[in-house]
Amino acid sequence: MPLLELREIHKTYHLGGETIRALDGVSLDIDSGEFISIIGPSGSGKSTLMHIIGCLDSPTSGTISLDDVMIHNASARQLASIRNKKIGFVFQFFNLLPKLTVRQNVELPMIYSGLSSKERKQRAMHALESVDMEDRSKHRPSQLSGGQQQRTAIARALVNDPKIIFADEPTGNLDTNTGEKILQMFDKLHTEGRTVMLVTHDPEIAAVTPRRIEIRDGKIANEVDPKLSGQIPRFSANSVTSK
Amino acid sequence: MNLLAVIASGFREIGAHWFRSSLTMFGVICGVASLITMAAFVKGKENLLRESLAESGGLERITIESEDDLPDYQKHLEDEIRGITLKDVYALKNNAPLVYNVTPIVKKMSFRSDLKITRKGKSTRFTLLQGTWPEALDIMEHEIEHGRMFTEIDDYFANNVCVIGTEIRNALFGEYDENGETIIPINENIFINYKPFKVVGMFKEYMTEEDRKKKEEAKKNNESINPADRWSRFRFSDSNSQRTMRVYGSKNSTVLLPLNTLVSKLDSSFESGSEMDRSLSELSMKVKDVSLLEKSLQQVRNVLLRTHNGLEDFEFETQEAFSEDITLAIYNERTSGMFIAGICLLVGGIGIVNIMLSSISERVREIGIRKSIGATNLDVFTQIITESIVLAVSGGIIGLAISPVLIDTLASYAPDTTPPIMTATWMIIGFSFSVITGSLAGLIPAIKAAKLDPIEALRYD
Repeated sequence: MPLLELREIHKTYHLGGETIRALDGVSLDIDSGEFISIIGPSGSGKSTLMHIIGCLDSPTSGTISLDDVMIHNASARQLASIRNKKIGFVFQFFNLLPKLTVRQNVELPMIYSGLSSKERKQRAMHALESVDMEDRSKHRPSQLSGGQQQRTAIARALVNDPKIIFADEPTGNLDTNTGEKILQMFDKLHTEGRTVMLVTHDPEIAAVTPRRIEIRDGKIANEVDPKLSGQIPRFSANSVTSK
Repeated sequence: MNLLAVIASGFREIGAHWFRSSLTMFGVICGVASLITMAAFVKGKENLLRESLAESGGLERITIESEDDLPDYQKHLEDEIRGITLKDVYALKNNAPLVYNVTPIVKKMSFRSDLKITRKGKSTRFTLLQGTWPEALDIMEHEIEHGRMFTEIDDYFANNVCVIGTEIRNALFGEYDENGETIIPINENIFINYKPFKVVGMFKEYMTEEDRKKKEEAKKNNESINPADRWSRFRFSDSNSQRTMRVYGSKNSTVLLPLNTLVSKLDSSFESGSEMDRSLSELSMKVKDVSLLEKSLQQVRNVLLRTHNGLEDFEFETQEAFSEDITLAIYNERTSGMFIAGICLLVGGIGIVNIMLSSISERVREIGIRKSIGATNLDVFTQIITESIVLAVSGGIIGLAISPVLIDTLASYAPDTTPPIMTATWMIIGFSFSVITGSLAGLIPAIKAAKLDPIEALRYD
């Protein structure tokens, strides 16, 4: 049983009388521990796909199961709980709360899962250690560099020990060097056994992942999967970004 | 989600925009402070009025006066009117078990020229001279501080004795001697219509608790209070306050004599005839049980109709009307005060709605982030409404804290009003109102925030 199972996912929007098919019959299986990227130009539907898998949105039709839970018809409350416990998000613009310190930002998901403040603090510091940010725990996001902010965001995504981590253009707002380090960090998470999904428009960034799915016009246009082809096009992060 | 963490985040949010928050709180501060201040002033007034009600005999006292105007069907019997007489007193004593201490009173007031109270060239300005029985002490709620009340023996022999109020002492003897000691004129003579009367007792000085404190304060500082000043704060007040002033003022200006003494030695107009036919100004009594007031009045009326041969030439005066007046006046003041405080709180509440709406539109992205990491709609709702309540409650607490200052300030600018009294009940009510205002004001912004779509919110700049 795969970790994530999508069957015939459709998503249509109605904008001013016009119907937009953002996703048009996407079926996909993702196993636990995979490192996968979703590629596609803007407007291709990759973000919609990530939102649906990430429980931020529901499909118009089709079924999804995440960790044996059917999420396509879950209530808003159940979705919030799944986002909290099973999913970690890393965004292009970091999306840290500016008024909170680094540690408080990392503690945020645990506040919604109802952990005691002592446990929150402990786990937040642990997560910060794993991204080498423990000495910045009292800083505010505005006092950090982009890379440090993104590492904080990664710590926040990790802190509830999610089943899958989504990274939406995680290097989009970083310079090349920093971006490379962030990608290395994802690679490290993958080697530690976590499931990571990168969403990007940049094929070169996508190249760090063994499995790559290209979305075009709401459909899976192309897929590179080492399991299917037998080849192992495993790129290291270095080989991609250091051109 | 942890409530403490939510409240802490509410305080953080207020702290982050402290200037904006304090402006917003101002409405609630005003509302709560004005509510408590209003309640304190009304309570002060109520207490004063209730005090004076008790001083004038309380609800138990019934007074019966002569009534010259007969009901229409008895108009032709007007010649038969004899008024209230001693006969009525004895009839009631024997036949009306629901009342006690039936006491005859003959009143004379010094502003009638036929009454002069003098001593060594000094005279009183206003005197309420009453001839009565010793029971009057209880009926009129008098308390003897020095000496004694006259007795039935004094009445029987029509002795020239009297008991006086402190204002009479002040007018005839002065209040303090040269050593600053209070003058107690027991066994001194005063002259009523140039006839000597021995002062056998003096009442305590009747005044409100507030005035008593002021007087003690002044005495400590060796200042003297002009008696005229003592009542000055009632000058511009309403009729209920004037009533209070009359109650205290006339009690202090009372001279009580035995009924027989007054009638036989001072009342030249008194007709000869049976003692029983002596005409009285009024007769007073107390009911044994206030809850049986109606029945007691009926009983008294039945007895009097018999002694008056069926003529209704008397009328009842109870303190019930006064009590109702007090209740109504207090109700009116409280209602209007609450209306004003309510408007303040409403304006404060609208201020909070406004600021919360602008605050959430600034924080759309934050709400999106919170939702993306697992905040439910309820969590977001709770957060926003808690912020609103924290804002209002902080305002409420500040309002509570400044209301004593506000009350003192207002009281010092308006010395004519009765002293305000702050009560815990109204502090709790004021505080509760701030909580309610905060919850109501937070409702719309909180619903709006909870309904935000997380994807839209995350895209928001």
